[in-house]
Amino acid sequence: MEIMRILLGILFTLVFGGALGMGLAVAFRKFSIEKDKVVGDLENALPGLNCGSCGYAGCSGYAEALAAGTDTDLTKCKPGGQSSLEAMGEILGVAVEASATKMVARPHCLGNNEKALKKYEYAGLQDCRAAMNQFKGFKQCEYGCLGLGSCIKVCPVDAISKTGDGLVKVDADLCISCGNCVDICPTGVMKMIPFDADYYIACNSKDKGKDTKGNCSVGCIGCKICEKKFPEGAFVVQDNLCVINYDEKDRDETRAEAAEKCPVNCIVKI
Amino acid sequence: MSYIGILITYVFISNLILSQFLGLCPFIGVSKDLESASGMGFAVTFVMTIASLVTWMVYHWVLIPLNVEYLQTVTFILTIASLVQLVEMVVQKYSPALYKALGIYLPLITTNCGVLGIALININQGYNLMEGFMAGFSAGLGFMLALILMSSIRVKMQTERVPKAFKGIPIAFISGGLMALAFMAFDKALLTNLIG
Repeated sequence: MEIMRILLGILFTLVFGGALGMGLAVAFRKFSIEKDKVVGDLENALPGLNCGSCGYAGCSGYAEALAAGTDTDLTKCKPGGQSSLEAMGEILGVAVEASATKMVARPHCLGNNEKALKKYEYAGLQDCRAAMNQFKGFKQCEYGCLGLGSCIKVCPVDAISKTGDGLVKVDADLCISCGNCVDICPTGVMKMIPFDADYYIACNSKDKGKDTKGNCSVGCIGCKICEKKFPEGAFVVQDNLCVINYDEKDRDETRAEAAEKCPVNCIVKI
Repeated sequence: MSYIGILITYVFISNLILSQFLGLCPFIGVSKDLESASGMGFAVTFVMTIASLVTWMVYHWVLIPLNVEYLQTVTFILTIASLVQLVEMVVQKYSPALYKALGIYLPLITTNCGVLGIALININQGYNLMEGFMAGFSAGLGFMLALILMSSIRVKMQTERVPKAFKGIPIAFISGGLMALAFMAFDKALLTNLIG
């Protein structure tokens, strides 16, 4: 008789589960709502990282807004880059510009614990924005990387890490160019540069040359040697700070020479 | 037992999370901020209430007549899982606003042990249909209370300097344990004092 009870139990579970399954299948027929095909296609075209850099809650939110026509800007997805831009253009029947080189974030500072002088020893909340509230940071240079890692916390792909000597570094291969770190960085030292750039100016100091030199041994003093002696290198000095015009490509040789001539060595090869 | 007694019992005295330690995954996983905690709390209350009703019916109208009460755990899991799926579909179809608010939490609850727990408790305590309904609703409220308390603690904790080894989940469990200790103050004596 025991075997009958076991069989009954198996039979009951099968029938009960089957009935529920059938019920759900019927209910699905009855209650299912047609998902907009365009929305689905757009979601597939987007990278699905849900990083939020487009300003919507996630990729699906952006897809819905695009499909509904409340948003017409296709370029808001930074991680997707060119491939997803083209795919979305195809779905929506919009011509897209074949532009947009991949950008990556990079902290423009070499002033680590040894090279940059400090105003005071900071022992507060381990967050760059909190440190910035106290006399514009604990470094004498108020433009440099504070290295407390506010950017690390907002990076959706963990591309940023501490170097261990008071700075942060970005793994360019992991970077999806969402720009979250640029937005959160209180000193503005985190900037986007093209992925294929060979050189960058590793300083963000807009102080006068003399002050910069007093604050940090690797700061750009705005001496304009690079700008004047190497016009081919597309260096521009503004506000006592050199910047590279990345639109001018393939200037590696000139830039290499300029890097050697830079008195503070802040033209750095990537 | 009166309905008020059931309410107090499952919100404070036998709080699902803090004294029975059921449904700890959402307690840790969805308590990072107040918004998601309350969303999850409402979704769980909703599902627990309905699940209490339906499992009571399944037990008394299907399992007992067929004399297979020993299958209650299996059937309850099946029932709750399909019920949540069904509710999700219905809500999505007829109330997109409610779906937007609860939708993302509903799939998380399909196999929540708190929901199964309250269904089994209803049967063990021998509640009738309305008492079971009340117990499910109160347990949901208690769950939401614990989740919201926890989320406020965790928001405050984000700016505290927690030792590295305790950061994140470990300190959440420790605070949860301390909260559970505090909830031990609610016991049966409280209930007798309150409503005699």
